[in-house]
Amino acid sequence: MGSSSSSLNNVPDGQQLMQETGFSAAHLLRLYERFKFLDKDNRGHLRSEDFEAVPELSENPIGDRIVGAFFLPGQETVDFSSFVRVLAHFRPTEKNRTRAGAQPDPANSRNRKLKFAFRLYDQDRDGKISRIELLQVLREMLGMQVTEEQLQSIADRAIQEADLDKDDAISFDEFRKSLEKVNIDHKMSIRFLE
Amino acid sequence: MSGEKMLLLGVTLLLLAAAGADPSGSAASLRGPLHASAPPLRLLPQPVPEYGAPGVASARSAAEATVGTGKEEREAAEQQHHGGGYRVVQWEWSYVQTPYIIAIWLLVASVAKILFHFSQRFTTVVPESCMLILLGLVLGGVVLLASKKQLYQLDPSLFFLFLLPTIVGDAGYFMPARLFFDNLGAILTYAVVGTLWNAFCTGFCLYAAKLLGIIDEQVKADLMDFLLFGALISAVDPVAVLAVFEEVHINEMLFIIVFGESLLNDAVTVVLYKVYISFVEVGVENVQTADYFKGVASFLIVSIGGTLVGLVFAVILGFITRFTKKVRIIEPLFVFLMVYLAYLTAELFSLSAILSMTFCGIGANKYVEANISQKSRTTVKYTMKTLASIAETIIFIFLGISAVDKSKWAWDTGLVSCTLVFIFVFRAAGVVGQTWVLNRFRLVPLDKIDQVVMSYGGLRGAVAFALVVLLDGERVKAKDYFVATTIVVVFFTVMFQGLTIKPLVKWLKVPRSTNSKPTINEEIHERAFDHILTAVEDIAGLQGYHHWRDKWEQFDKNYLSKLLLRKSVYRKSELWEAYQKINIRDAISVIDQGGNVLTSARLSLPSMASRASFPEVTNVTNYLRENGSGVCLDLQVIDNVSGSKVEEDMETHHVLAGNLYKPRRRYQSHYSRHFMPLGEKERQDREVFQRNMRSRMETFKSTRHKRHKKERSLKKVRTHILVLKNKM
Repeated sequence: MGSSSSSLNNVPDGQQLMQETGFSAAHLLRLYERFKFLDKDNRGHLRSEDFEAVPELSENPIGDRIVGAFFLPGQETVDFSSFVRVLAHFRPTEKNRTRAGAQPDPANSRNRKLKFAFRLYDQDRDGKISRIELLQVLREMLGMQVTEEQLQSIADRAIQEADLDKDDAISFDEFRKSLEKVNIDHKMSIRFLE
Repeated sequence: MSGEKMLLLGVTLLLLAAAGADPSGSAASLRGPLHASAPPLRLLPQPVPEYGAPGVASARSAAEATVGTGKEEREAAEQQHHGGGYRVVQWEWSYVQTPYIIAIWLLVASVAKILFHFSQRFTTVVPESCMLILLGLVLGGVVLLASKKQLYQLDPSLFFLFLLPTIVGDAGYFMPARLFFDNLGAILTYAVVGTLWNAFCTGFCLYAAKLLGIIDEQVKADLMDFLLFGALISAVDPVAVLAVFEEVHINEMLFIIVFGESLLNDAVTVVLYKVYISFVEVGVENVQTADYFKGVASFLIVSIGGTLVGLVFAVILGFITRFTKKVRIIEPLFVFLMVYLAYLTAELFSLSAILSMTFCGIGANKYVEANISQKSRTTVKYTMKTLASIAETIIFIFLGISAVDKSKWAWDTGLVSCTLVFIFVFRAAGVVGQTWVLNRFRLVPLDKIDQVVMSYGGLRGAVAFALVVLLDGERVKAKDYFVATTIVVVFFTVMFQGLTIKPLVKWLKVPRSTNSKPTINEEIHERAFDHILTAVEDIAGLQGYHHWRDKWEQFDKNYLSKLLLRKSVYRKSELWEAYQKINIRDAISVIDQGGNVLTSARLSLPSMASRASFPEVTNVTNYLRENGSGVCLDLQVIDNVSGSKVEEDMETHHVLAGNLYKPRRRYQSHYSRHFMPLGEKERQDREVFQRNMRSRMETFKSTRHKRHKKERSLKKVRTHILVLKNKM
């Protein structure tokens, strides 16, 4: 592990990030390379323009929401630790294995993954997905393909299915319950290759 | 207990029917093994001139004469009966022989299935395939006793040309494509690497066993023969896997891996089989190294070629269904034909036919299901399932029957026991080894329990049997021993493993399939997750699975779908279609429960997972009338209504029809083979549903929050204004 840990020293807060996020040294290094690649002007942090430079992202219907998730509220820039912390949500979950020194609620637990997704919908951070917010997401995903009425129907039904306390909005618990049959480990994880 | 009595009674009747069904001495269509080199399609037997075909029938049987009889026989037969005068009733056995026998067998098989299900206790413990094999054994015994020789056997060409494609076609067409491709890496590994490992190890170890003397000297087989045998016995069989696993209900991922493996290993099996057969024919000494390379090349060609053939047919099928709007009645025919032609074409070029059919089904499914009408969809689904079920039944019964024919096999204890041990051991070892490697690359690793189920689920079935029967007895001297061993292996896996896999799965607490219908939330969020993951992969610079999936989706949207989907369908969104399906399903289940939107019945929609029942609705009609809605709530527009209202209506109709003056009616006869009531009605129905659903939703909301009704409608108006504002 000699060479990799020495180059890990170039990565700011490398060791601590490894502990926190569970990424291996090799992964972290690779992500740092990517970070530097995106950071074209070499400022040490990323701005939204840097994200927009990623080619396929513009075609993604909810791309700007995801980019927005990297920025902590109120901040205009993303430094490397925030970058990695967000990406850590998408690590595959480890079943029954506790790494030495792992966090009690690691970033890639099922709950945290769901919370990440929830926050993408709940833009105003009030802890609930209101009908309007749901409609917005649906509109972005479906866009030109359906009429406004159809969107309303879908949103109506979605809320009706999930809304247990009848407040016409989906709280995080209701969100989680509506997805209990979905294999979140599979659907919200990506492979971070060496 | 009366269930068992019925069972016994029925079985006795069946036996009598079977014993009577074989006419003494006349050739049956499902006759002895044919050689692989020359399988002419001799399904129509030579018409036996015992009961000639006089009069009118002779003209028709003249056509049949091209298949078998010579002219002299026919003339002789005619001459025989020419001087007999006119016969009022005649025994036309030879004329109807073939179809009659086929129909009787199908009837026997199907009635057997009915009888099995009388006994509830039996069916939960014993899988159907077991019982069918047992029935086959019994029937075979009866036939043997009745006519002193074996008349029926599982004919390989019948199996490969008719029975197997039915089952594989059904499986391939309804394969969950997303799940299949998500796990494709694992499936391919097990199919290729696993099968090769099993084949070589089994072959070599059997040879070693022969050298060690465990296997008797009488088994005249050398290395090549054993390798050949190893190749055909090591492939996991799709028919057996389907038959056993469909009763076990394990989780989908595990099922798709085992089942996908059983389908994709066909290429490996085909190549190994052919390569070894040619080696055996040529003789071990003459095999050159170039031949080994040819074998490898052959594998690539067979597998990739088969897949390409399947995909080509998928594209053609999708394209054809784009234009079938005016000929809706024959839409299902196109589906069956193209899928079957994909199989046959691959067979024609000696490519992997199973691969071809599977990929044709997977590829075409999306476009065909979107293009064809709802009725055609139902037809395709049910016809395929029915045919596949029949084929499966026939296969298992004939496996049983074929086993009884002692003349075809020879027993060697050493060979049988060694084979059984080896296939288990190597299967388990192979699975463990491959899983260890795969888990480094998989998102969701396969744990020990999964591995146990996978090893145990490596069932051998009718494909192995058909292949062993196809062997040339002259070249492969030990053929009879191999046949016996294969029979034992197949019986063991299907029956013993089939019986014990349910308790095993329960004991290991394997996650079962949830078998729940998707909710709209799941559909929405799963799509959102796909987008999220694609975006994250893009940001992190990884060209991962989702990246390529997304690229494929773009390609599909921009080119393929334009080519293969109808214009009217192309513009619709998948999420909207999913939503529609959910709605229609709910509505149909409401009606099936005897309810009716107009009454104040308690409605519990099944797809609302968290609902117990809705609060009572007091007269929806009144509510709607108050609000000036002109929506037609007549749910009779659905075709498959079955409830008390229909009967009422029918009674009223009868009363009226009986008592009113009947003017001469000019109406379109619905008995038309050329068109069905057109899409206009379907479109209307759908619109009605949409409005229904929405108004129902309004109703429920309003009864819950009667006080806030006004607020809600105001809120809606506000939302609309907001939306309009955003648009501008």
